[in-house]
Amino acid sequence: MGKVILEVKDLKTKYITRFKEAVYAVDGVSLKIEEGKSLGIAGESGCGKSTLALSLMGYYFAPLHYTSGEIIIDGVNISGMKADTVRKNILGNEIAYIPQAAMNALNPTQKIIKFLEDVIHAHDPKKSKNDIYDMAVERFADLGLPKEVLQKHAVELSGGMKQRTVIAISTILSPKVLIADEPSSALDVTSQKMVIKMMRELMEKGYIKSMIFITHELPLLYNVTDDIMVMYAGQMVEKGTAKEMVFDPIHPYSKGLMGSIIVPEEGTRDVKLEAIPGTPPNLKNPPKGCRFAARCKYAKPECGVYEISEKKFGENRMHRCIYDVDHLREVYGE
Amino acid sequence: MSAEAIKIKKGDSVLKGEGVTKLFGYGKTRTLAVDHVDFDFHAGEVISIVGESGSGKTTIAKMILGLIGVTEGSVYFNGTLRDISSHSKKKEYWKGIQAVFQDPFSSYNIFHKIDDVLLDCINLMGGRGYSKEKKEELMTEACSFVNLKYAELTNKYPFELSGGQMQRLMIARIFLLKPKILIADEPTSMVDACSRATILDMLLKLRDEIDMTIIFITHDIGLAYYVSDTVYIMEHGKFVEAGSADSVILTPQAPYTKRLISDVPKIHEEWDLSTV
Repeated sequence: MGKVILEVKDLKTKYITRFKEAVYAVDGVSLKIEEGKSLGIAGESGCGKSTLALSLMGYYFAPLHYTSGEIIIDGVNISGMKADTVRKNILGNEIAYIPQAAMNALNPTQKIIKFLEDVIHAHDPKKSKNDIYDMAVERFADLGLPKEVLQKHAVELSGGMKQRTVIAISTILSPKVLIADEPSSALDVTSQKMVIKMMRELMEKGYIKSMIFITHELPLLYNVTDDIMVMYAGQMVEKGTAKEMVFDPIHPYSKGLMGSIIVPEEGTRDVKLEAIPGTPPNLKNPPKGCRFAARCKYAKPECGVYEISEKKFGENRMHRCIYDVDHLREVYGE
Repeated sequence: MSAEAIKIKKGDSVLKGEGVTKLFGYGKTRTLAVDHVDFDFHAGEVISIVGESGSGKTTIAKMILGLIGVTEGSVYFNGTLRDISSHSKKKEYWKGIQAVFQDPFSSYNIFHKIDDVLLDCINLMGGRGYSKEKKEELMTEACSFVNLKYAELTNKYPFELSGGQMQRLMIARIFLLKPKILIADEPTSMVDACSRATILDMLLKLRDEIDMTIIFITHDIGLAYYVSDTVYIMEHGKFVEAGSADSVILTPQAPYTKRLISDVPKIHEEWDLSTV
């Protein structure tokens, strides 16, 4: 077992709306990532994936608020820190975040090199511009980006190039954890492949030590990450290695998600896609008991009575369902 | 490869293009977006046009819809040369051909309630004189076809809906209009994988119900393989390969098709990242 880079214990965060109502978007998530490993987070829209990503940074701004739990990066607990300390010491050099619309994150009036100067000066104000330029050229060359990009404005770059530039900028300080929130969902398949290749290179060359990858595209997660965690309504419902999760999902929700996979392989045309009926619950008043019960084919009345805890099974796998593994496998087999 | 190579024929030809070309700009900025393409679509067929960003997929769709003019070439609708020279003729043409676009958020007029969107469709189809009850019945039927509840939607504005709901409502429109041809331009690229399955299912159900031709425009070759009978692969404004879905996807001939297929992540084969 390698060194644990990121450990999250029972993290709870909430949104407070302008009517002072609380929305419990992340409700008791625990996870662990070892050095050199990547974790994929899957789930529908509105399951709390992106909120979890924001919460993991330890930098909270309204309407997102921290409730309880711990975030430990390489032995340092950042969950109790002041926002300003987190911004100065943690963001950028410990943990970096790539938002969903990263392509629109670049100010159109600045050259790319200016963003890099901003990032580095926020942590090391004395560093000279020449040093920064040399550092940027070296890093860009290493990641296969042309150095001409540095002197360009964002509008001169294509979508895929912008996305890769944003990733290069956010990882310039070699953070320990990189959180990528749907970094490729706005791109076509070829640009997506380039982005994925670049993120792999970042890992292989040691610029980042671990990665969290959030997407709803399961074939992509299967190819990119080591482990996959499925989220539903702010909670983890199942966790396992990528292979186990795609070929042997246990929780009815994961099973449903895997039913929506489309790949250009022989035989996929004959398989009927199965969508999960309904929509995720409103997290203002999360349902009692199993949160998925209302949409679950296999639900029984007891599902809605008491909170279901995480059950361990197999090697390092976990699920959150009232039934045990053998029973679920039996049901699916029928 | 020309359209003649396609052997699949489901019904009569509903849409045919000969040497369709689109040129944008003049002089130095002249861009040939679509370069003398031929196509022949039949009733009840699902056709996919697949290509990268900038290959001219959407330009073809817009020309077929009559939203932009055709520089050269001709388009035949139902066997006769189409005439969309005036607004009233265009309106008549649009009764037979409709579209669902990529971004559900910009498909709606934000100042109009959802009822108006559906009412417009009923009016366009000659239902202006229907009683209020009859109109409501039609709207309820259309909403329940796409698993939405009309009672929950009435008197709401588009921003109160989620992306998936908006996209499904666009399909409810198509259900009311019952066009001969539907152009679906990346209808699922902005919704999650779960809603994607629902939307694709609904489109195919609609096809079976009213024998509609669907022209599916996408960059995801996996999606194209799943939904379509015929696949056209487009590169730089030209069709480089065309044929039945099985033959194009499982035994690709053109190098461009091979590359597109290799760019999609798969689950039973190794994904080769070294080829970009």
